[in-house]
Amino acid sequence: MQAANANGAETGPTDDYVTVFVGDTLFGLAIERVHDVFVPSGVTPVPLAPSEIVGLLNLRGRVVTAVCLRRRLGMPDAETQDDKANPKMAIGLEQGGETFALVVDGVGEVLKLGTDSREAVPINLDPRWRNLATCVHRLDGRLLVILDVDALLGFSAAGAKAA
Amino acid sequence: MDDLLREFLTESGEHLDTVDAELVRFEQDPNNQTILRNIFRLVHTIKGTCGFLGLPRLEALAHAAETLMGRFRDGLPATSESVTVILSTLDRLKAILADLEATGTEPAGSDDDLISELDRLASAEPEPQAAPAPAPEPVLPDPVSRELKPGEVTLDELEAAFLAAPGPGEADFAAPVSAPVEAPKAEAPKVEAPKAEAPKPAAPKAVEPKPAAPKAEPAEAESARAEPAGDTEAVVATETTAAGSKIQTIRVNVDTLEHLMTMVSELVLTRNQLLEIARRHEDSSYKVPLQRLSHVTAELQEGVMKTRMQPIGSAWQKLPRVVRDLSAELGKQIDLVMVGAETELDRQVLEVIKDPLTHMVRNSADHGLESTAGRIAAGKPARGTIRLAAYHEGGTITIEIADDGKGLDLAAIRKKAVERGLAAQADVERMTDAQVAKFIFDAGFSTAAAVTSVSGRGVGMDVVKTNIETIGGIIDIATTAGRGTTFTIKIPLTLAIVAALIVRAGEHRFALPQVAVLELVRVDAGAQRVERINGSPVLRLRERLLPIVSLTGLLGQSGGQGDETAQAGFVVVAQVGRERFGILVDEVFHTEEIVVKPMSAKLRHIPMFAGNTILGDGAVVLIIDPNGVARQVAQGVQGSSGHADSDAEAEASEMGDTKTTLLVFKGGQGSFKAVPLSLVTRLEEIECDKVEWLGGRPLIQYRGRLMPLVPADPAITIRSEGTQALVVFSDGERAMGLVVDEIVDIVEERLDIEIAADRSDLIGSAVLRGRATDIINIAHFLPLAYDDWARGPKRAEQVSTLLLVDDSAFFRDMLSPVLKAAGYQVITAASTDAALSILQSDPRIEVVVTDLEMPGRSGFDLVAAMRSGEPRVAGLPVIGLTGTVGADAVERARSLAITDLVAKFDRSGLIAALAEINPTAVSQAA
Repeated sequence: MQAANANGAETGPTDDYVTVFVGDTLFGLAIERVHDVFVPSGVTPVPLAPSEIVGLLNLRGRVVTAVCLRRRLGMPDAETQDDKANPKMAIGLEQGGETFALVVDGVGEVLKLGTDSREAVPINLDPRWRNLATCVHRLDGRLLVILDVDALLGFSAAGAKAA
Repeated sequence: MDDLLREFLTESGEHLDTVDAELVRFEQDPNNQTILRNIFRLVHTIKGTCGFLGLPRLEALAHAAETLMGRFRDGLPATSESVTVILSTLDRLKAILADLEATGTEPAGSDDDLISELDRLASAEPEPQAAPAPAPEPVLPDPVSRELKPGEVTLDELEAAFLAAPGPGEADFAAPVSAPVEAPKAEAPKVEAPKAEAPKPAAPKAVEPKPAAPKAEPAEAESARAEPAGDTEAVVATETTAAGSKIQTIRVNVDTLEHLMTMVSELVLTRNQLLEIARRHEDSSYKVPLQRLSHVTAELQEGVMKTRMQPIGSAWQKLPRVVRDLSAELGKQIDLVMVGAETELDRQVLEVIKDPLTHMVRNSADHGLESTAGRIAAGKPARGTIRLAAYHEGGTITIEIADDGKGLDLAAIRKKAVERGLAAQADVERMTDAQVAKFIFDAGFSTAAAVTSVSGRGVGMDVVKTNIETIGGIIDIATTAGRGTTFTIKIPLTLAIVAALIVRAGEHRFALPQVAVLELVRVDAGAQRVERINGSPVLRLRERLLPIVSLTGLLGQSGGQGDETAQAGFVVVAQVGRERFGILVDEVFHTEEIVVKPMSAKLRHIPMFAGNTILGDGAVVLIIDPNGVARQVAQGVQGSSGHADSDAEAEASEMGDTKTTLLVFKGGQGSFKAVPLSLVTRLEEIECDKVEWLGGRPLIQYRGRLMPLVPADPAITIRSEGTQALVVFSDGERAMGLVVDEIVDIVEERLDIEIAADRSDLIGSAVLRGRATDIINIAHFLPLAYDDWARGPKRAEQVSTLLLVDDSAFFRDMLSPVLKAAGYQVITAASTDAALSILQSDPRIEVVVTDLEMPGRSGFDLVAAMRSGEPRVAGLPVIGLTGTVGADAVERARSLAITDLVAKFDRSGLIAALAEINPTAVSQAA
């Protein structure tokens, strides 16, 4: 399917997205930005840090800052706190020479999507979400919100306090 | 910005820095043709490159400067004025380059002022020789004397080619240049053998496939890049005599090195993890390869660290210029001496200390050195000297900035310190000079204009200190009135790896850099407990109040503030600058060499953390920044003991487990000497006219008695005027004054006596606060004061034999003379085992004096073994020496029938305890 990309039947170019979900919502991340998918373990919390930052973890010898997508989107923490029974997943992202781990509830498949299913971000969305999303894709039976990785990691210490 | 331009900027920046330094040298040594040639060549290179890159402003300036320097070469004397003009031209060049770097284009503006000045100087010649020659033949440097390799050109030809090249756009001239120069750059043997003597358009054919084609662009690029290469070649040629050997260097991007460093750090961590796993498993099949991996990793780490090293000289490069300018500005004659410029240190560290160093040199020139007239009046050479020295010392670099100026005005500093409320009058008077001098690092102290004019030093010294402390360095001052001031900076070789103490606070572990940690104190609800003043926790530590912060509280994760005091834990006593405070943690694990990784940009705003690291077990741990904590302490904790941190006073008789408090003084030819503070009775400053001489021996009337004075070193003579510092030792009713040059400081340090001196007046030498210091043997001096002191008035009627057991050679050496003086025959033993065998073999022993805290088998073990031994040994009286007399120790001592417990170093207590034992009676009873 991937190899057939160049001479594919679809109209126009397509993009690959890694899908992740938080609660019931499905999100997409541009595949070229995703370096890793892994199970976060041994997270060291950072006191006094912005609330989005879960802590630091050791990813193959590199110290990685773990950012919680849930908190970033202003969603409440998952009701089930027993992490061991239901391990979260993390997406390794890179920005400005630093590696981040985006902690999500789960990781789905990789989707190849054309422009035909793409929609602009609905204007009635929470402004927080609107700032983080680039577009929405209509899929069979559900919607996929494409997230802007740079905006996702572009929070500052000051902005975090407002949350 | 294209690569070519960027390369040009880097190269030109470096060249200009070199020219700066060289010019100052040249000014002092105008006959040195080598320097001149070097300067000339560098400026010429810049000019040539600018021409090709189409930078007319730079070119015109460089050309004018070059012309003037060409005149120097022809014999025009290099006056201070002309050098100044050239230097300001260089400054202008740098400014233009900076603009160029920022915007990518040459800024608009006119340099006519400088150019006309340069031209004027160039044409104002003493001998009417030639017209203000633009830059023809005479400016060519002498050809380098080295055999040319095939494909190389002489410098002459290079110059000729450059001069022939009129500028951009003229491809047919530029192209030939590229060919000959290209050859030496690409070291590989060239197939074609270009005859480069005369740059003819014929030669480049081989190099450039389409010589006639797109012309200017590639040609320019080629030649511009080739020029620096040819230039390097020339440097090598002039500097190395052997034609064959070359210094091979390549330019590597700093980011590449940083990345390499990160990777190696990770490799080290992985290796540590592997080693830890290997320790837990019995399977030895992979131990050998693992061992090799370990070695290779260590070597790799060392190698990579080396690539980050830069000679400190690169931070010093600007200083000759700075000093020269200041010297002109202030009208002082200043020599700058630089020693150890080749000493290497991590480039990250270098960056941080660059500015402080410049600042301090400025300060020394401006405030430290007197005016020329003042120097002559003081009988000093008219030229002042600022000496910069750098050297390696263990894992640190020591940098000294010394001037031979007037020294700090300590009286004024004392006064100011009191005025500013930094310390009480009484405290200030008691402080040693070294402590007083440190006030200039106080933030408020330095910025006040009034102080600067009085004390002479200090603008921005707090910034200097802060900068140095952020990289874990320390700064110290030594000053002598009229003789000058020396600043000593000690900094770690690298910031990448530090020793850290791993502690636990709440549920998490943290790393605390070892440099800031002074000691650890265990606290509980009992004797050592944390008390509160208006909610602020404090701890009584050796009769002092120490402000405490709890780490969990600092990090905002504390559950119940209230019950913290009740909890048992540890207080990490830390010192940042002059501020001393305790950090309360729940548990202390061990120290570990950690690789410091920077905090994520998202977290860098938190002042508490200096970075993070991965421990051997793979966990990520945050590194606490002691500076950040210190700031928090100052804000959050009121009622701290403030600045009364004159750690001088009387932390006397108490001793930490391993630390000894020593009084450091100067005695004889400026050398540092020390004596355990606990042996000292008082420190006195006496008026010299109080000294009386009886029978050729100096005495003073002291507290209604006569006290003999003994110099601490044969080189010391008792001063005839002013005041004289004395260290008074007393024993019962007798007292002796040890004459010293100056009381320097009181230090509390782990004592490692390193060299057993071959002199009876010294016990040995140790390193205290980074200085080699002699530890004096008081037992040598006492008999000098009183002939009969050694025999002792308290001498027992019959000589009893005593066994002294202590693991530390220092204490044995310290105590045996005292005991001998008290009339005992002393046998020493260094361990419990040795003591037991001596006890077995030597029936003369009547009393045992033993240290109770010894590594391995303790003093308690010794006594227990004695008590269960044969009757003669079992019945011997024992005096236990202990650092801290705690309840449990007393209990244990009683159960072992230890006759008496005496605090270590309490000499009179020990003598009294011994006197109470009637040895005869005891031995008879046994």
